Amino acid sequence: MIRRNLLKLPLAAAALSLAAGMAVAQDAEKKVIGVSIPSATHGFMGGLNWHAQDTIKRLNATYPNLEFVLTTAGEAAKQVSDIEDMLATRNIDGLVVLPFESEPLTDPVKQVKAAGKFVTVVDRGLAEEGIEDLYVAGDNTAFGRVAGEYFRDNLKPGAKIVVLRGIPTTLDNERVDAFQAALAGSDKEILDMQHGNWNRDDAFKVMQDYLAKYPEIDAVWAADDDMAIGVLEAIAQAGRQDQMIVVGGAGMKDIVKRIMDKDPQLPVNVTYPPALISSALEMTALHFVSSAPMAGRYIIASQLITPENAEQFYFPDSPF
Amino acid sequence: MRRIDLHLLGPLVALVGLFILGALLNPAFLAPANLSNVVGRSAFIGLIAIGMTFVITQGGLDLSVGSMAAFLAGITIMAMNALVPLTGVNWGTILIGMGVALGGGLLAGGVNGALITKARIEAFIVTLGTMGIFRSLMTWLADGGTLSLDSGLRALYRPVYFGGIGWVTWPIIIFALAAIIGEFVMRHTRFGRHVEAIGSNDRVARYSAIDVERVRLTTYVILGALVGLATILYVPRLGSASGSTGTLWELEAIAAVIIGGTALKGGTGRVWGTVVGVLILSLIDNILNLANLVSPYLNGAIQGVIIVLAVVLQREKRAAE
Repeated sequence: MIRRNLLKLPLAAAALSLAAGMAVAQDAEKKVIGVSIPSATHGFMGGLNWHAQDTIKRLNATYPNLEFVLTTAGEAAKQVSDIEDMLATRNIDGLVVLPFESEPLTDPVKQVKAAGKFVTVVDRGLAEEGIEDLYVAGDNTAFGRVAGEYFRDNLKPGAKIVVLRGIPTTLDNERVDAFQAALAGSDKEILDMQHGNWNRDDAFKVMQDYLAKYPEIDAVWAADDDMAIGVLEAIAQAGRQDQMIVVGGAGMKDIVKRIMDKDPQLPVNVTYPPALISSALEMTALHFVSSAPMAGRYIIASQLITPENAEQFYFPDSPF
Repeated sequence: MRRIDLHLLGPLVALVGLFILGALLNPAFLAPANLSNVVGRSAFIGLIAIGMTFVITQGGLDLSVGSMAAFLAGITIMAMNALVPLTGVNWGTILIGMGVALGGGLLAGGVNGALITKARIEAFIVTLGTMGIFRSLMTWLADGGTLSLDSGLRALYRPVYFGGIGWVTWPIIIFALAAIIGEFVMRHTRFGRHVEAIGSNDRVARYSAIDVERVRLTTYVILGALVGLATILYVPRLGSASGSTGTLWELEAIAAVIIGGTALKGGTGRVWGTVVGVLILSLIDNILNLANLVSPYLNGAIQGVIIVLAVVLQREKRAAE
């Protein structure tokens, strides 16, 4: 709550300065954009929250006639209430929403659309097509495929791979299916796939057990940098650092730093940038302040981070 | 007498059964490295569950321990990072950090206990409240991300989790010591008997001139201190803490206590049973990972079945009385 109110302070200040300079700002009509995202419960969402607040601050300074209402929800039901409140009491003109879950959020967002608002859906699609004006998301299929292709092209023949999966969700299935498809028909073998739940502690335990179970492992697809941290620690405990490489994902700053420094254990990483919320916010803002057409689908590529290009993916100030 | 022994041995039978199952499914199970891993990583829940045994035995409950561990890990890391420029990278700084964890645990347990005994609010409600408070504070302190320990300190502190005497790592040693002391306190001290007396009938306990509120408060403070101790062992493992640290530890600890034969309604406490309960929970995870018996989607279901079976094993004996 404090964080939400803190965020409103600059908004209030912006509103005040707007009132003072009304004569100047009169020609631009005031627009309110509601932003509803899941709360910062793990590293990736923490980064996403940070980027959302950072972008709102920047947009407020650039476009004084735009006002943002940011809410964060720890579960789908609260997010539904947040969106209903925004529509009923804040008189929003646009909504940027990252649905906590697809099904429960579909109808409430549809109501917002039916009320004639501009709707931007981020990252997790709704259960029904054609509701949103703008869809901004990362590419989960490419996220798995890029990692799989790296393994296919760079590991020695007959290499053995273990996989740590995330929380059981459609998103995780898409990534893992694409990873398996990329490796299909190659001479690399996937030994095991267990759920590490995008959590450091769980990943640590699963990796300890993999190491006990398999005398030979050449590569680990941790699929998330939080899990990669736990995996690296378990490997260090077993003293098998020089036997296997670890590929995480999402570009956590500590991991990107180690790739920049050419750590042999961490050759590459695959992006799934939490800053995708910034793209969504900027494009929604442009819809209101310019005549540039902003409707459609915008899929952010999942890129391979290598020691050569790591610098452009390194954000030392982000919490993620 | 023999019948009661069988009833007591229920959880132990389950543990031995799991052990044999593990050895049959995968020979790697019995490797000292694997057994050391399993016992070592159960030390956090183990320490907390030992404290929880006292709280449950006196008829209370504490849902806040998982969040408390996350919060203590957070302030411990922040304190040590802040001290590095002043005191440097040495054991002194780490000892101060350990002091913060332990002191914070005592204080947090004290707050829970005081709200329950002095303000007379239901333990369930108080600790449900503090559970949310500790977790949010941690997320706020970490700015939604992860707090990481200074890398120099981390290298120095790391052996506290990974080091030890051969395969017997420090977490295992501390877990064992805490279990022996806990069992002794529960069985052979006045405090332990008072805890059981309050749990079976607090009114009678009060008439018997037991200072019920003080004993209750003490159990929460002990639990807080043990959460602090668990944090001291947790921080060197990954050198970081986030809003998701220690999620559901409270339920695992409570489950371990009940599997071990302590009554959820209070009155009978069994510290050694709790230790067996913790090991059972930890072994299930390990065996499922080693064996590929079922789809990983079903791991939770298998755990549920074994937990219920372990409790049924002892309840059946009681019904036969």
